[in-house]
Amino acid sequence: MVRRNVRRSVAAVAALALIAVACGDGDADEPEVDDTDASEEEAEDDAADDAIEDGDEQAAGIPGCEVDTLNLIEEGNLTVGTGDPVFPPWMLDDDPAGGEGFENGLVYELAAELGFDDDDVVWVGQTFEEAIAPGTKPYDFAIQQISVTEDRQEIVDFSMVYYQPDKALLALPDSPVVGATTLEELVDANWGATIGTTDLDYIENIIGADGVAVFDDQATTFQALLGGNIDATVVAFPTALFATAVQIPEADIVASLPADPNDTGHGLLFEQGNPLVDCIDQGLERIIARGVVDDLVSEYLIGDADVVEITG
Amino acid sequence: MSSERAASAEPARRAGPRPPVKATLSPRERYAPLAISVVSTALVFGLLWRVITSSENWPLIQRQFFDVDAMRASLPQVFSGFLVNMMVWVIALVVIAVLGIVVAIFRSLTGPWAAPLRVFAVIYIDLLRGTPSILLVLLFGLGVPALQIPGMTTSRLFWGSVALVLGYTAYTSEVYRSGIEAVPDGQRAAAKALGLTQWQTLRFSILPQAVRNVIPALLNLAVALQKDVALLSVIGAREAVREAQIFTARTFNFSSYIVATVLFLLATIPMARFTDWVTKRDQERRLQRTL
Repeated sequence: MVRRNVRRSVAAVAALALIAVACGDGDADEPEVDDTDASEEEAEDDAADDAIEDGDEQAAGIPGCEVDTLNLIEEGNLTVGTGDPVFPPWMLDDDPAGGEGFENGLVYELAAELGFDDDDVVWVGQTFEEAIAPGTKPYDFAIQQISVTEDRQEIVDFSMVYYQPDKALLALPDSPVVGATTLEELVDANWGATIGTTDLDYIENIIGADGVAVFDDQATTFQALLGGNIDATVVAFPTALFATAVQIPEADIVASLPADPNDTGHGLLFEQGNPLVDCIDQGLERIIARGVVDDLVSEYLIGDADVVEITG
Repeated sequence: MSSERAASAEPARRAGPRPPVKATLSPRERYAPLAISVVSTALVFGLLWRVITSSENWPLIQRQFFDVDAMRASLPQVFSGFLVNMMVWVIALVVIAVLGIVVAIFRSLTGPWAAPLRVFAVIYIDLLRGTPSILLVLLFGLGVPALQIPGMTTSRLFWGSVALVLGYTAYTSEVYRSGIEAVPDGQRAAAKALGLTQWQTLRFSILPQAVRNVIPALLNLAVALQKDVALLSVIGAREAVREAQIFTARTFNFSSYIVATVLFLLATIPMARFTDWVTKRDQERRLQRTL
């Protein structure tokens, strides 16, 4: 049994800020806002520095991918699809345009890298079903914790993977899975997961459980957990941090789980054949190389949880 | 029917007056209507097909909805879910058929002592019939297990099925009641004249006639219920639609929905033919009785 210490304070602060915002208390969320502003300025500075370093590069934008040459749904705007509603820590305050949160933070950084102003980013809400439905998509790309898989690539296109979350085991304190140290001990539990997530694949393929209940959305899965309908669920670690801090404080992160070799991680989703993928990939590569994504990860997605690590 | 009989009796009447001259149709009169039907049908469906396939996204739709490999891959999963649908359906049908008639009887009872039962039936029907099935399924499937009543199962499938049973019982009892009310008053009077009690009148005179009146309507509800079992997917039950959704969510390929559609049709179309057959048989029996 290995104990792992991850910083939880950040998530706790983020959660508190969120509650504060919800309560209309301006003071508590100010540091958050300042923080984001600072990192945005930093990013712009960085972009400027890069431009100075590489002589052939414009102050903002990527050669061959200037904003006016890009094949966009709406000229001059970067139209981005995402869930409706959106959930922390991926996006805070159910407000993609607020720029607070991992995914919208990433999109604004990416947009800046490509030479868009923040105002040029337009958000389109959609359900998961709409994201995968055939036909023309009303946005340039979508960001919604969508995992890249080979099967899906036959229907849509993906950007490069920008983030690969760990999985966490979520349960109430009296659940039979509490105290488990190996995957074998988890097989017989009564499992539930949310449709369209890699969490379900994880429970079926890595843990090897049968008869997993599959719910429409995370809220229903958590309700089922609270109601004792299911003993446990698996969610991405960042989701678990937020869920246990705010949505279902009754539940705990019981353990962190070993990685699924088949789960490659999150990518941006494009309509198949969209020529924009190349430029977006270049932009992603740059902000990943600059450490912007790592900064966003540590700002929003890493928490401090003293949890059991199940390794196999 | 009577004309058929006349036709079959014809050979025996050879000696009588000459039969009327058979009307003959010119080839044009005979074949033109058929030709017109064939051509117009082909034209309409051909145009429809052309419009659909000329869509820019047709190849994509074809690949995403009618991918034979994906259908084959999803079939075992969807079929195992479909067995759950069938199981819930059959059990629910039996329970609903019984409960529906009980509620209908409650509502049809006369006399002051039966007032509480009548009030109960009216409130029950108003509440359960007025609530969308999906809400009943969500409330019962997620709410009741959360109560964790000692000795009660927390199975979502069970409580979701209970929600369907209660909702459909409300509909069914109204159908039964319409059947009961359609039995002529004279039948009650006749039963009373024979000295039957209120209960005996119901049991031996009213109900047998009432149920026969509404069998087609009941079978219609049975088909509707078969499809509504799919609502259990919202509470996490792994039935056919949910299995198809899981496949789709995993692969972004909608062919599994087509598989589920075909499975449902395979079950409901024979059901519809059976309903037609029962209705027709009943009609014939009545005709013979009145002839």
